[in-house]
Amino acid sequence: MISLAGRDILHAWGKFIFTGFGLGLLIGVTLVMAGVYRGMVDDGKALLDNSGADLWVVQRDTLGPYAESSSLHDDLYRSILAMPRVARAANVTYLTMQVRQGGQDVRAMVVGIVPSGEVCAPGWPPHLVAGRQITRGHYEAVADVATGFATGDRIRIRRNEYTVVGLTRRMVSSSGDPMVFIPLRDAQEAQFLKDNDAILQGRRRTEANPAFNRPGVPGLLEAAIDSQSSNAYVNAILVRLEPGASPSQVAETIRRWKRLTVYTRAQMEEILVGKLIATSARQIGMFLAILAVVSAAIVAFIIYTLTMDKIREIAVLKLIGTRNRTIAAMIMQQALALGVIGFAVGKITATFAGPFFPKYVLLLPRDAVSGLLAVLAICALASLVAIRMALRVDPAEAIGG
Amino acid sequence: MGTRGIRIEGLRKRYGSGDTAVDALRRVDMHVEPGEVVGLIGPSGSGKSTLLKCLGAVIDPTAGRMTLGDEATYDDGWKVRDLRALRRDRIGFVFQAPYLIPFLDVTDNVALPPMLAGAPNAEARARALELLAALDVRHRARAMPSQLSGGEQQRVAIARGLVNRPPVILADEPTAPLDSERAMAVVRILNDMARRFETAIIVVTHDEKIIPTFRRIYHIRDGVTHEEAGEGRAFE
Ligand SMILES: Nc1ncnc2c1ncn2[C@@H]1O[C@H](COP(=O)(O)OP(=O)(O)OP(=O)(O)O)[C@@H](O)[C@H]1O
Ligand SMILES: [Mg+2]
Repeated sequence: MISLAGRDILHAWGKFIFTGFGLGLLIGVTLVMAGVYRGMVDDGKALLDNSGADLWVVQRDTLGPYAESSSLHDDLYRSILAMPRVARAANVTYLTMQVRQGGQDVRAMVVGIVPSGEVCAPGWPPHLVAGRQITRGHYEAVADVATGFATGDRIRIRRNEYTVVGLTRRMVSSSGDPMVFIPLRDAQEAQFLKDNDAILQGRRRTEANPAFNRPGVPGLLEAAIDSQSSNAYVNAILVRLEPGASPSQVAETIRRWKRLTVYTRAQMEEILVGKLIATSARQIGMFLAILAVVSAAIVAFIIYTLTMDKIREIAVLKLIGTRNRTIAAMIMQQALALGVIGFAVGKITATFAGPFFPKYVLLLPRDAVSGLLAVLAICALASLVAIRMALRVDPAEAIGG
Repeated sequence: MGTRGIRIEGLRKRYGSGDTAVDALRRVDMHVEPGEVVGLIGPSGSGKSTLLKCLGAVIDPTAGRMTLGDEATYDDGWKVRDLRALRRDRIGFVFQAPYLIPFLDVTDNVALPPMLAGAPNAEARARALELLAALDVRHRARAMPSQLSGGEQQRVAIARGLVNRPPVILADEPTAPLDSERAMAVVRILNDMARRFETAIIVVTHDEKIIPTFRRIYHIRDGVTHEEAGEGRAFE
């Protein structure tokens, strides 16, 4: 027996290729959408990996520092460092803002890290693709290549200028913004810096408060003003453990003794993936559902039309004794072929278009496989309408009146 | 292969029921011997197509008896379980329009019925080519139906009707779209085939050109058949 579906496709190949191409673009969009979601998850994981931490110590009862704001006193790290099995503890600040370079504005996540002699302290960028790490305590920056900055560039964060001394790759926030690392002191200042008027007003308010401006207590006013104008807060403390230490045990100890909230790597991942990008994931899920319905409608319509055009031939086929099964198989195979063409076009489109998207698009082979299965299932379902119609064709129609 | 051709006794067909019922066939009696080609003529609406559909097992008669070859296929009810196989193996159809499958080439159009009956592709194609040669369209074997002339298409359709060597061929206005020369050629082919393969053939026609070729003719009027002798004019 010959393949009726195959012969029909070869005969009407233009129609199939054309429809397959249109369907393919839709499938390509679908694959890219899935890739955007995977990219967000991967960005989140990269963020956690690159921070080089085993534990995140944050303000009590917050989901900080990425999903919620968190603020800790910057001398707390000393007592964390004194806990058993803690190898390192480092303050860190995160602030998403616009960074200016020349005439342009780049959205970036500014990370404040503690300058230290050693490379690979927690929070530090683990690998540089150009230049060197920050060595001075002020006004140096390491930027991700995605910012478009180059080493030697002068960039502006709030009121201060920084020199880019090194470049990283794939150092992004969970929303895909490239990172810019600067010394912690500068970052603290950037986060809480007030303009001159605000400082003067604050000082005046303190002076007017009789509690601070008491006669006979010299130095009280100065101390009060001093404590207001300096910022002694950070967003989190990154903790690295000694080899072999159990993260959950140490986390429990810190929680109990320091009354702070502590997250392990697994918990942090759950916060990023399960909470921070959950809404985006649902949004993408909605789009995927809509695209699936649209694809199904297109396939159903095309297969239905192609079958409609063949009503007479189907009647003849039935008259000369073709089994219903054979006719149903012919239609379903055509729908599946359309799906395969569409998927191939879609996969190629997604692969080539992916890098042009502003956000990281991660195309996983696993997603491609489930995408193919979904496309085939949709096509098979969509062909049922046409099959139903074909099976109802009366062989007597071939004889006519 | 049958030996007794076609036998129809007291066949009736009523479409619908109640007030809207149409008695398309009231009393049909006819017989066609193996190797014989008979004409079936009658005015529009007299029941010609209905009779072919009953014989071809695509609609159910209401009552009566039909025998194809040596087996009663209908006796106040179908006597054959698989009507599809009956159509495939024992009846060849030729229509007014050729209705070839547009996406199969000429050979495969003709080879399709034996393939459907389970013959290997090579054997089915060999049989198809043999018939195409007999019908003088062998040289168009690799063409697609859309590339053929109307007469060539009709001959290919006839080849498809004959390829399973059915004991019965039902032709509904097979010459309607053809000029008189082509029409005569088709009738000659049908007569040749009938003689060579002992086939019983019924040709429904309005075509004045070919009516004189039948030895026997059935007239049908208001669903009732009358037999009469034809001229049986020989072919040159
Ligand atoms: N499916 C049907 N339902 C109801 N009545 C039908 C149906 N098919 C045919 N008829 C009626 O049965 C009668 C015979 O129809 P049939 O098609 O057999 O005529 P015919 O001899 O082939 O005519 P023509 O030469 O015009 O093709 C007509 O009165 C027709 O209206
Ligand atoms: Mg008719």
